[in-house]
Amino acid sequence: MARITFIQPDGSENAVDAEPGMTVMEAAVKNSVRGIAAECGGACSCATCHVYVEEEWREATGEPEAMEEDMLDFAFDVRPESRLSCQIRVTDELDGLRVRIPEKQF
Amino acid sequence: MSVDVIKTDAVIIGAGPVGLFAVFELGLLDVKAHVIDILDRPGGQCAELYPEKPIYDIPAIPIVTGQQLTDQLMEQIEPFGAEYHFNERVDTIEKIEDGFRLVTDCGTQFECKVVVIAAGGGSFTPKRPPLPGIEAYEDTSVFYSVRKMDAFKDKDVLIVGGGDSALDWTLNLQPVAKSLTLVHRRSEFRAAPASVQKMMDLVDSGNISFKLGQVTTLHGDNGQLTGVTVKSPDGSTFEQPTDIMLPFFGLTMKLGPVANWGLNLEENLIPVDTAKFETSEKGIFAIGDINTYPGKLKLILSGFHEGALMAQAAHRIVYPDKKLIFQYTTSSSNLQKKLGVK
Ligand SMILES: Cc1cc2nc3c(=O)[nH]c(=O)nc-3n(C[C@H](O)[C@H](O)[C@H](O)COP(=O)(O)OP(=O)(O)OC[C@H]3O[C@@H](n4cnc5c(N)ncnc54)[C@H](O)[C@@H]3O)c2cc1C
Ligand code: FES
Repeated sequence: MARITFIQPDGSENAVDAEPGMTVMEAAVKNSVRGIAAECGGACSCATCHVYVEEEWREATGEPEAMEEDMLDFAFDVRPESRLSCQIRVTDELDGLRVRIPEKQF
Repeated sequence: MSVDVIKTDAVIIGAGPVGLFAVFELGLLDVKAHVIDILDRPGGQCAELYPEKPIYDIPAIPIVTGQQLTDQLMEQIEPFGAEYHFNERVDTIEKIEDGFRLVTDCGTQFECKVVVIAAGGGSFTPKRPPLPGIEAYEDTSVFYSVRKMDAFKDKDVLIVGGGDSALDWTLNLQPVAKSLTLVHRRSEFRAAPASVQKMMDLVDSGNISFKLGQVTTLHGDNGQLTGVTVKSPDGSTFEQPTDIMLPFFGLTMKLGPVANWGLNLEENLIPVDTAKFETSEKGIFAIGDINTYPGKLKLILSGFHEGALMAQAAHRIVYPDKKLIFQYTTSSSNLQKKLGVK
C-alpha cells in the first residue's frame, strides 16, 4: 500500500491509499480526487491527467517516456516536473508521493 | 451553400467504428446510407485518439490497431457504396412528413426515412487553451481551424503547437501571411518528419521564425489581438506581437448539437430500447457510445450488435410492405450478390 497526496491549486490536500500496480491516475479517479479528468481512461491519449510531481519525488517517479512527452504537448502550462499521472505506476517505493494538480486540465 | 437536397434512406451521424459497421448491416437489408462526420476521415475515436494502439477484444481478431480496424471496416462496407461527408457537423434534425430533414454546418441538407445517431462521445472539437479572456478573441483573432487561407493574408500569424496540424498550417500559411511565427514548448515535434524538415528549412532561410516556449497571456482589445506573452523553458518571458493566433492542442469530444435535437437525454447519453435501439423519437436510432440502456458497455463489440438489430427495425420503416427473411451471409446467394462476392 502506498499513500499518495494530491495537492489542489488552492493548497488543500487529499491523501489516498493506492495498491502497487495501479496508476496514480487510477488512485485519483477511484477516490474522486478533483481535477484529474482522465478522459481517455489511461491510454496516454488525452493529457487530462496532468500533474506536477513535487521536487523530492521526481527521481523516484522518473522521467516521462517518449510517448508521454509527446502527449504533454497537448497539456497546458507544462513544466519540468510535469507528468501524466496515468503513466506513473504505483510501487511501494512511492509511499508518501506528493503531486500537485494544475489550475486547469485541458 | 448548396440548395440541393440529398435524398436517401438513412443518414448515419458519426463515422466511428459503430457508424461504419451500421453501413454494412443496413446495406445487407438494402437500406442506402449517407455518413456524416465532423472529422476529416473515418474511424472516430479509433482513428483520432488511438490509431496506433492495439485493441484485443474484437471477436476473432486477436490484435488490431485503431487505424487497422478502421481501414478494415472501410474495406468491408465498400460494396454498399455509402456516401461520406467529412468535415461536416450535423446541426439540426427536423421531422418532416415522410421522415426527417438534417442540415449541417456547411448548409448541406438531407432528407431521409431513418436517422442513425452514432455520435460516440460527441463531436470532436479543438481544445481551447485555458488562457484568460481567450473567448473574446475567438473567430476574430484566435482560430482553431483554417477555413479560408485568404483571411490570413498580410497578417502576422502565430501558430502554437508541435503536432501535424501545427506544422501543416505553418507550411501552408507561410506563403500567405505577412509573417509567421511558430511557438512550441520543446524542440522535438510529434509530426511527420518531412513536415518537420520543411519547417526547419523555412526557419533556416529566414522565412518563418521558431520560438521555444508556451503562451501564458493574450494582449489586445475589442477582440483584436496585438500580441502574446510567451514563457521560455528557462522561465523568462517575452512579448510576441501578432494579429492572429492559431493554437493546435489536439481535439476533445463535446456532446455538441446532439443536445438540441429534442431527444430524451440521460447524463449526455441517449436512452434507447434494447430490441431496436430506437430513441424517444420513432425513426431515430442511437447506437454505440452515445446510447444508454440497462447493462450498457461502451465497447466496439456492443456497438456492432446494436447496429445489427437497429438495421432490422430501420428496414421495416424504409420498406413497410416487405417482409424480412432472416439470412446468413455464408449461405444466402442474395446477400452474397450485395456483397459483390457472387
Ligand atoms: C484510448 C482508448 C482505447 C479504447 N480501447 C478500446 C478497446 O480496446 N476495445 C473496445 O471495444 N473499445 C475501446 N475503446 C472505446 C471505443 O473506441 C469506443 O467504444 C468506440 O470508438 C465507439 O464508437 P462509436 O462509433 O460509437 O463512436 P466514436 O468512435 O466516438 O465516433 C463518433 C463520431 O461521431 C462524430 N460526431 C459526433 N457528433 C457529430 C455531429 N453532430 N455531426 C457530425 N459528426 C458527429 C464524431 O466526430 C466521431 O467521429 C477505447 C477508447 C479509447 C479512447
Ligand atoms: S488519462 Fe488520458 S493521458 Fe492520462
